Amino acid sequence: MIYFTQKVLKDLKGNLFLNAVTVASTALSVLIFSAFALFFVNVGALANRWVEDARIMVYLNPDAEAETIARLGEAIKSIPDVRGLEFVPREAALQRFRAQLGSQGSLLDGIAENPLPDAYEVLVKVRSWSWDRIGPVAGKIGAMDGVDEVEYGQEWMGRFVNILNLLRLTLYGMGGLFFMGTVFFVANTIRLVLYSRREEIEIMRLVGASENFIKYPIYAQSLFLGMIGGILGLGILFQLYRLLEANVANTMSSSFFEIRFLPVEIAAAVFSGSLLVGWLGCYISLRKFLRS
Amino acid sequence: MTAYGSQSAIIQMYRVAKRYGAKSALTDISLDIADNEFLFLSGPSGAGKTTLLKLLYLGETASEGQIIVDGLNLSRISRKRVPFLRRKFGIIFQDYKLIPTKNVYDNIALVVEAVGVERRSIKKMVNSLLRTVQMEDRSRAFPPSLSGGEQQRVAVARAIAGNPKIIVADEPTGSLDADSARVIMGLLKLYHRRGATVIIATHDTALIRQTGGRVILLNDGYLEVSTVIPKLRP
Repeated sequence: MIYFTQKVLKDLKGNLFLNAVTVASTALSVLIFSAFALFFVNVGALANRWVEDARIMVYLNPDAEAETIARLGEAIKSIPDVRGLEFVPREAALQRFRAQLGSQGSLLDGIAENPLPDAYEVLVKVRSWSWDRIGPVAGKIGAMDGVDEVEYGQEWMGRFVNILNLLRLTLYGMGGLFFMGTVFFVANTIRLVLYSRREEIEIMRLVGASENFIKYPIYAQSLFLGMIGGILGLGILFQLYRLLEANVANTMSSSFFEIRFLPVEIAAAVFSGSLLVGWLGCYISLRKFLRS
Repeated sequence: MTAYGSQSAIIQMYRVAKRYGAKSALTDISLDIADNEFLFLSGPSGAGKTTLLKLLYLGETASEGQIIVDGLNLSRISRKRVPFLRRKFGIIFQDYKLIPTKNVYDNIALVVEAVGVERRSIKKMVNSLLRTVQMEDRSRAFPPSLSGGEQQRVAVARAIAGNPKIIVADEPTGSLDADSARVIMGLLKLYHRRGATVIIATHDTALIRQTGGRVILLNDGYLEVSTVIPKLRP
């Protein structure tokens, strides 16, 4: 193994410039793609925090009796996607409203009668990618006896989540394009390396070297280049992230927006992608080259 | 004209032809080469000597006919088996074909590794080969810094590194001075004595007379003569 590694490194040294170009292009692609993934992961986390906080306000009929209200509460609780429920009496709602108005709370002093109805505040098991589950739950509740109106900020949430989905699609599209672009680039660079070594490979074949004997070190070199490109790309992103994190910590409230680095599984997937780029680039160019 | 039909042949060619488009390089060649034979392929430039050698190790494929090398029928051999066929050969090229980016040691080690010798034994084997061709002191040198004679000695060491049954040499002394040529021929004879079949393509009749052996004369792609020439006494 040590001998094989030494041999691979020796061969890599022999084509330093082309190999450096391969590493640089892989690193750049990894950096751009993972930067976008980092952005998406953080926006997604932010969206999840918002969406998780989203709740359905169930306004009750003013003439609903206590027994109906209690039965309604039980019925709402029995819906599988409901994770919590709180009864908000009209007096408490008015107090909450007054508190929200803050210094302008005195505006409510002129109102003779509390205009707010009793309500249930319903928490739903929902994430940014499953926000549309909230609609059917709201619909079900809206059809129940004693319910006057149901509200859950469907418009803004819909728009926000749609933007998020668009970002996700863009990420997939970009990922695919970068992957294909880098594979194409790496394949061509490896082809150049192979052409520069074609005499050597031809001689190896003539002296009885098997295709595997020729191929394995080249595959190992390509995987190594992909690995270095992946480590470099992710390493640079991590440094940029630390810089950004320090700046955000200085300028924004950390409870409002906390930047996180890529989760291990995404970083591992990006890294595996860079290895795959090396392997696939090598496979494509070698297949053509050895048949010629 | 044929030289075909021997029972102890390591190489058998039957009605072999090679064409490049409309041009025939070899026509109707039938030939047996016995195990441990020392054979010259002779003829003028363009007679088909190099083509015939290439057909033996599948550097080229025959357009017609059958070639059997050490029991392997080359027209039926699969792509995967070609390296195993080539390991039966030690090939010496006129232009040496050494890898310029690898030093002398690595050029020879390449063959030893390719035939699957254990790593522990590689160094010992390569050093022994370097001693045989008297190139021990130049093991770290790169081919472009060597003289023609030295390069050809390395090529001989590489050719015998895999312990081949057959050595084919294409004009091995063509571009060498008399002393270097003598060293190379001495090495080939040494290996012949150790049991290898040696086939040398050359148009140098003086070399044939100095060495002696069977001579196959090719002319314009046809086998014209197969005869034994005795070694000239000094």
